[in-house]
Amino acid sequence: MIDQELAAQAVRLALDRGATDAECTLAEGEEFSAQVRMRELETLKDAGSRRAGLRVLIGKRVGSAHTSDLSTDGVRQMVESALALAAISTEDPYADLPEASELGSLSGDLRLYSDDIREVETSARIQAALEAEEAALSWDPRITNSEGASFSAYTGGRVFANSRGFLGSYRTSSCSVSAMPVARQGDSMERDFWYSSARSHRNLDSPANVGRRAAERTVRRLGARKVPTQKVPVIFDSVTARSLLGNIFDAVEGDGIYRKASFLEGKLGERVASDHVTVIDDGMLPGLFGTSPFDDEGVPSRRTVVIDRGVLRSYLLNTYTAKKLGMRTTGNAARGVTGNAGVGHGNFFLEQGQRTPEEIIRGVRRGLYVTELIGQGVNIVTGDYSRGAAGLWIENGEFAYPVSEITIAATLQQMLMDVEAAGSDLEFRGSVASPTLLIREMTVSGQ
Amino acid sequence: MPLSDSFFGQKFGITEHDLESYLSEALGAGGDYADLYFEYLATSQLSIDESIVKSAIQGVSLGVGVRVISGERTGYAYSDDLSPEKIRKAARVAACIASGPSKVTKTGLEQVRGRDLYPLVTAPNEASLAERVELVKRADRAARAADRRVFQVQASYSDSLCHVLIATSDGVLSTDRQPLARLGVSVLAREGNGVPQRGYSGGGGRVGLEFFETEHSPEHFAREAVRQAIVQLDAVPAPAGEMTVVLGPGWPGVLLHEAVGHGLEADFNRKKVSAFSDRIGQQVASPLCTVVDDGTIRNRRGSLNVDDEGAPTQKNVLIENGVLRGYLYDKLSSRLLRSRTTGSGRRESYQHIPMPRMTNTFMLAGDSDPEEIIRSTPRGLYCANFGGGQVDITSGNFVFSASESYLIEDGHITRPVRGATLTGNGPEALKYVSMVGHDLKLDEGIGICGKEGQSVPVGVGIPTVKIDRMTVGGTG
Repeated sequence: MIDQELAAQAVRLALDRGATDAECTLAEGEEFSAQVRMRELETLKDAGSRRAGLRVLIGKRVGSAHTSDLSTDGVRQMVESALALAAISTEDPYADLPEASELGSLSGDLRLYSDDIREVETSARIQAALEAEEAALSWDPRITNSEGASFSAYTGGRVFANSRGFLGSYRTSSCSVSAMPVARQGDSMERDFWYSSARSHRNLDSPANVGRRAAERTVRRLGARKVPTQKVPVIFDSVTARSLLGNIFDAVEGDGIYRKASFLEGKLGERVASDHVTVIDDGMLPGLFGTSPFDDEGVPSRRTVVIDRGVLRSYLLNTYTAKKLGMRTTGNAARGVTGNAGVGHGNFFLEQGQRTPEEIIRGVRRGLYVTELIGQGVNIVTGDYSRGAAGLWIENGEFAYPVSEITIAATLQQMLMDVEAAGSDLEFRGSVASPTLLIREMTVSGQ
Repeated sequence: MPLSDSFFGQKFGITEHDLESYLSEALGAGGDYADLYFEYLATSQLSIDESIVKSAIQGVSLGVGVRVISGERTGYAYSDDLSPEKIRKAARVAACIASGPSKVTKTGLEQVRGRDLYPLVTAPNEASLAERVELVKRADRAARAADRRVFQVQASYSDSLCHVLIATSDGVLSTDRQPLARLGVSVLAREGNGVPQRGYSGGGGRVGLEFFETEHSPEHFAREAVRQAIVQLDAVPAPAGEMTVVLGPGWPGVLLHEAVGHGLEADFNRKKVSAFSDRIGQQVASPLCTVVDDGTIRNRRGSLNVDDEGAPTQKNVLIENGVLRGYLYDKLSSRLLRSRTTGSGRRESYQHIPMPRMTNTFMLAGDSDPEEIIRSTPRGLYCANFGGGQVDITSGNFVFSASESYLIEDGHITRPVRGATLTGNGPEALKYVSMVGHDLKLDEGIGICGKEGQSVPVGVGIPTVKIDRMTVGGTG
């Protein structure tokens, strides 16, 4: 673990050299990955790195710098560089650090770090990747090829110090196993993938399950057709619904709000979605990827209800965006190691409903079940939504055939109002999670 | 330039003897090939927002990556510490991939002598901060002055100077000094209390600050961003369904990058997971289409003197008169496919393993008059600008989002539309190209390409092109 004292020293040095306030982040990480392809080991990567970042204020002027050179000389240069940049920036009346009373760290074990990952030998890690791929390759004769499977592990540490008296640190770990098989039938070739990831090795799904799930997802895409252009109900599976949650986050984070660059700006207290939509940001849930004892400004993580049964209740804010909006930080500051903090999320999710995904599918007479979204056609300013999609066509409550090379379009405003069901399948495989979602109607463009 | 006079020789005292001994260490457990990639990257970012220079960041990143290849296997390790012990340790970790006697015959290192595609007296990050911050201040003033409906302006300038040293066990020694600069302006405009619309424009390349003094001035990008936002104020929802699409010149070349470029990267074809696998010599586009990837254009964002494996970049013909001619190779894929590297091995940083990537990808000019292309279209969509795109290289399906597009009605460009997404299939889409304009234009220099988690700067370009059939995804 990096020395906490190094961060405190950098802050002191900045103050000595003329800064009125300073904050320093140190981050270190070690990454490992083993990739296999067609039953052979293909790539092994194993390395670590460290980085320091500093942000200084001289009055209301801000400058930032970062370096991978953590020697005394490297840190001194970083301090001088940040101060020189503050001198050429403009006074920003809202530039600040959190108040001392807002600073703090959650107590108790958040289960962000587990030693059991380190204990898995390289040979066992390679074996996990081989097993995942083998499970996919042997699942169906149409799985004829593979883009590979992998096992990866990460351990990291983060230290934060500021001139208002905060000094804290925490360690994290994670591991994941994934598989990406390729299936062929006639002229049709398709790939898909599945993965499991966890902060401790014992919580990882078995490689065989991951491989099988990847194979199922891939094979069911074979022989995809294009459908005629029409308006139909659309079901987002838990993978694609997750990207929709990402769009909701982009629309409620404070930066876009104070700039009036979000379609949810000015809508606090108003109905913005159907009753089925309750969206929560919770940075305190033990063992999950969006959890941390404090945010990247040293404010304790917390739980915030963002949308409560369709009514917009809160934006997600850091110190800066809170000041701009005349509000208080929600402990959502996020940044790499340097620069002004942006807004990030903890565990950002949509609360699950009662019906299983199967029940939701059975309730749709004719519609689209989306399993993949590609492209960037989401405009948070206007809410316009138009993305490339692939999935399965539903006829009379059952999957009829796969579809691809289509787009789905609507506005996010309408989609949120049109959520008719949230599934009972909420699962955290990352810091954003959603159950299956049913949207009453979208335009599907095909032939 | 002798190694002793190079950046790494001067600053870190690295000698040819050191490099040879690290390579020997890397091949100590066997293996067919090893290389070292030293990188020293200095970056600056300055941004203005609400007419306040709110953010100014400088950084330094330094490290070395060591790679060992043994058959189809790759071992990789890196260090952010250039002390000999740490580099040797990384070499030993990378060497774990191999076993048995090394198959490398010892050769001395020979320096690749080269051209200079981006000769600069002063790199952008060697100019004064005051001079650079003035660029974003000018952009802010110009955007606000351009139209009273503009209510938010953000302008950002970033530059980097990357020193690299590449040494390989097949005897290559390359050094390069790679500058990169980019200026971007983003605005929001609205009419009264109406829905705001965004406009964005930017440009740059492997250039010095003088680039921003002439036609690429901050005022030019500011006015262009404002123009795009204002156009959107009157836009109607995009149509849905199959129709004729006309691509305007320049940035819409991103279609080529997605529809064909990625599918021609040799790693996918080695694994036979691309929709273009085993299709060399086949007709994959209309005979009007010739597509190249050219890393040798002076001062371009996607250009490099040598790729990130030390091989000189080249001009590679991908599709010639509609026939698929070649793939983009890095060293590993060329070795396994018994071909030659096309100078396409690129990586995001010393922490990343190189893979085949594009540089500047564009379609050569044709014979048609751009105005005639529009006049010949009874009904369709004209796409002047795009946001990003994405492709699934296995099925070949791609999408990209139009940020500025218009309806074509009775041979005339009429109303602007918003939120249009185009989708198609790589090996099929370009077969419907029926006219190619004589107005080839390369983009202004803002492209970033992402693949397997690695981002690299790229360029694209295209003349005005008519595609008879393509699916447009809108709500109208």
